[in-house]
Amino acid sequence: MSNLIYQNAITTDDWTLVELPKVEKVVRMQAGKVVLFHLTGENTISAAQIADTVIPPNGLVLLPMSVYIARKASLENRVAKQEVGIWLATHERLESLIEVEPDLNRFPLVAVFVERFADGRIFSLGNLLRTRYGYNNTLRAFGDVLRDQLYFLKRSGFDSYLIRADRNAQEALTSLNDFTRPYQGAVDEKLPVWRRVSRK
Amino acid sequence: MYKYDEIDQQLVDERVAQYRDQTRRFLAGELSEEEFRPLRLQNGLYIQRHAPMLRIAVPYGMLSSKQLHKLADIAARYDRSYGHFSTRQNMQLNWPKLEQIPDILAELATVEMHAIQTSGNCIRNITTDQFAGIAPDEVVDPRAMAEVIRQWSTFHPEFALLPRKFKIAVSGTKQDRAVVQMHDIGMEFYLDGANKVAIKVWVGGGLGRTPILGSVINEHLEWQHALTYCEAIVRVYNLHGRRDNSYKARIKILVKALGIDEFRKQVDAEWLHLKDTPNTITEAELARVAQHFAAMPYDNLPVNNASFEAEVANNVAFAAWVKRCVHAHKQTGYRAVTLSLKPHGKAPGDASSEQMHIVADLAAQYSFGELRVSHEQNLILADVQLGDLFAVWQQARAHGLATPNIGLLTDIICCPGGDFCSLANAKSIPIAQAIQMQFDHLDYLHDIGELELNISGCMNACGHHHVGHIGILGVDKDGSEWYQVSIGGKQGNDASLSSVIGPSFAAEEMPGVVQRLIDVYIDQRTPEELFIDTVRRLGVAPFKAHVYAAKEIEASHV
Repeated sequence: MSNLIYQNAITTDDWTLVELPKVEKVVRMQAGKVVLFHLTGENTISAAQIADTVIPPNGLVLLPMSVYIARKASLENRVAKQEVGIWLATHERLESLIEVEPDLNRFPLVAVFVERFADGRIFSLGNLLRTRYGYNNTLRAFGDVLRDQLYFLKRSGFDSYLIRADRNAQEALTSLNDFTRPYQGAVDEKLPVWRRVSRK
Repeated sequence: MYKYDEIDQQLVDERVAQYRDQTRRFLAGELSEEEFRPLRLQNGLYIQRHAPMLRIAVPYGMLSSKQLHKLADIAARYDRSYGHFSTRQNMQLNWPKLEQIPDILAELATVEMHAIQTSGNCIRNITTDQFAGIAPDEVVDPRAMAEVIRQWSTFHPEFALLPRKFKIAVSGTKQDRAVVQMHDIGMEFYLDGANKVAIKVWVGGGLGRTPILGSVINEHLEWQHALTYCEAIVRVYNLHGRRDNSYKARIKILVKALGIDEFRKQVDAEWLHLKDTPNTITEAELARVAQHFAAMPYDNLPVNNASFEAEVANNVAFAAWVKRCVHAHKQTGYRAVTLSLKPHGKAPGDASSEQMHIVADLAAQYSFGELRVSHEQNLILADVQLGDLFAVWQQARAHGLATPNIGLLTDIICCPGGDFCSLANAKSIPIAQAIQMQFDHLDYLHDIGELELNISGCMNACGHHHVGHIGILGVDKDGSEWYQVSIGGKQGNDASLSSVIGPSFAAEEMPGVVQRLIDVYIDQRTPEELFIDTVRRLGVAPFKAHVYAAKEIEASHV
């Protein structure tokens, strides 16, 4: 059974996730005085990994952002056919994608991979994709996606959630509606409560 | 104070249901310890040395009589009949049972209370000056904005899982009493040249293992933009703050690494997109919230009260209490009263259920049914008539709530320490108690004058030891408990961080060490000079010399 939630229901996953080939871990430790904190301690992606990534010839493919950026020219046809989705990890810079592809709506699917559920960068990335970069198609969270983060993901602009394989997606559905009337404006409900209703 | 409407009530009710289910799933093994951890922490539940500890939110320190009665009942029913008031103006229960927390939350919800975001890596309780709304030197009452910020930060979806905890303090007085410079974001409200409410914003302050005072990121922010500006700051932090090392994860580390100018540049770049978005505060919303903090229906009273003056003249003990525990009020004929939770020899900040009931009754009878918690861990009756002070004192004294030591050496700020907290390196409560007993003589205590002594059981600095005039830090050396002493810290507008005087001491040495620091002060002070002034004038050296000289003499006699 599928563990994919789209909007408020379980659905099947038609996309093939493409991952970078595994290499021995190259960890970039803290570098220099002004540190790019989001890179600290996280894997860097090598040109060889990008070149060696195998992209299935047919069907809907969800590609690593770095692979798309490097191999964009060869993917134009498939992008035109709406066969290409993009995924990035929470520490990757969204701006590097925007630089080569300002119109994200060319992708039917953008997905954010969260390695550990406690990594709240995913919420800011969802917000930026929706509000800054005008992305209107399906926005998916995958990786360590658990039910107690769903409400926040939904409010941050996500509408697709691939629940971690060992958890029950059906049960997780209820958590999308943990709270009925949020205080602050966010991505889904843009207005704060005081602009939505008359409070005494 | 702020009263819930059905929207606020529904939110806390839904929270109880959500947390009840999370607890059920944890107990049923459907959630791992690691997965449950952030969920319970965002609900104020720690797993401590002996039992869980539940931290209950007291937004910006304000409580009603009804709420305090409920806290007293909860402490009696689910705990050991006492609670601990913290430096974040919250209340903590030290012995609740994990499986009963949902029931406690349900009880709290009946009096418009909760434990939301009292811990965890999220925006915590907003704190402010305990004299907000009544202080004579207040320029802007910050409580309405504190409530607006509280609502905005409650379950803010983008900031639900930050790199680390995030604390916001607001103040609206010339003399800062909310220690805004030691918060992740500090906001001072003031009237600008056009007589409009504006905000001076500090960022990146904090204590803990790397104490840093905040840097000014914005000298003049119009109040309407408080929320969107905070969103810009917290977004930059959420995306770029370190997540690989929890000791390096606070926003202060990011601000320090980037430098305040670069950090400001990044915040401004974000704010360009966020400014004037719907979370911009409207006049109507601020007015709606502000009506909850309107002035109390005060009587028109004369400046003086004859019976009060007679009691002060006739009763030395009452006069001493008035001097230390009664504070100026902007309404003629009214005073604010601090009920000391620092009786000598008791755990600082603790109140029994019986005491809580007494305080709640006093508030109902004499202070419009409201009270406040101060970050110095005392309880405040904010609006007492001069003519009622003697009656308040008598009842407070009968229940151990009238120690005349506010602002003095024994008004010690102290974390729960190694007796309760699993983070602590050393116990802090017994040290506080021993020092209080050393200075139990009231005349002597008053002669020493205003002095802030703060104790933390570890470098997480819950006891704010860096900003104490005397700061004591529990450290672990080869598995035994030692205490590092520093002097010269101060909160307020001219805040400073204290300097360590030298090698640490054993627990039993501590009362004597503090005594010798005081001896140097008494010996060296000029008239009108407080301990902190003498330290600032002379530096650490003479204090250090006297403390360690005594130590050497003792050692040579062994």
